[in-house]
Amino acid sequence: MAHAVSNPAGAHGGHGNGHHEEHHDQESMKMFGFWLFLITDVILFGTLFATFVVLRLNTDGGPTGAELLEMNGIIISTFILLTSSFTSGIAVLEMNKGNKRGLILWLAITALLGASFIFLEVNEFIHLVHEGANIGTSAYWSAFFVLVGTHGLHVSVGLVWMIALMLQLSRRGITPVTKRKVGIISLYWHFLDVVWIFVFTIVYLMGVM
Amino acid sequence: MSNHNSHGHDAQHEAHGGSMKSYVIGFLFSIILTIIPLVVVMNDMLGKTATTVLILIMAILQFAVQLIFFMHIRDEEKPRFNLMALIFGLVILLTIVAGSIWIMTYNAVG
Repeated sequence: MAHAVSNPAGAHGGHGNGHHEEHHDQESMKMFGFWLFLITDVILFGTLFATFVVLRLNTDGGPTGAELLEMNGIIISTFILLTSSFTSGIAVLEMNKGNKRGLILWLAITALLGASFIFLEVNEFIHLVHEGANIGTSAYWSAFFVLVGTHGLHVSVGLVWMIALMLQLSRRGITPVTKRKVGIISLYWHFLDVVWIFVFTIVYLMGVM
Repeated sequence: MSNHNSHGHDAQHEAHGGSMKSYVIGFLFSIILTIIPLVVVMNDMLGKTATTVLILIMAILQFAVQLIFFMHIRDEEKPRFNLMALIFGLVILLTIVAGSIWIMTYNAVG
């Protein structure tokens, strides 16, 4: 089993050891708790998307998204994040095989791709500010920076967390606890990819249409 | 917290929850579902409404792909609390987004 949504194998797998089952139940409860956090995060992003869509035409005579947004960088970012969602899945597969080195390696690749994504995003923001579009320019740009920035912040937090987890894995190895933690971060990473798909579609693709 | 290192390598836990095949299929789907809207938008192949509908459908399919092939939502055993929580979250999401758009489009004062 890899993620929160797959049930804890221990609880239903017919293991004789009662303590073992209890332990797995606890880990799966933590997975479920994290899943509930993701659902609340969906609602958070929902409000930001609603704000952006409502304010998408309110540029106050200033620059519009269609004028300033550079699609080339965004296309690269999108494929980087898509790939990192895939590599975080590979990390989970390596973990299920019990391959600690493979797990850390694929987590490192995922983190590296995530860092490239953030690097491109920061560059994009700097470029936009130089072009005269900052968070206070108009309602459109306020909504833009808050929505895209909140996603970027989530990715950045995920990066720090992933690095910490790699350190812990290198010390403790693959245990039921670190397994659950890897499952959670990979779930978080897939979630961020899903959010980005909607940012890409609604902010960028529809913005330049 | 109690920590049972000895159980870390239990191979029998991996009966479900994703295989290399499901990740590769998911990855290919997600790439295709990104390229299609990109090509349509960058080349102005369709009218505005058709493009909007198409790229939104692609985004929703992409969401489904991530959910099925990467997050393994289908592997969950009953009772499916994860799925229920997700559906509940999506209902609230749709209410917020559609409600905001509706109010601001048709009920603006002045």
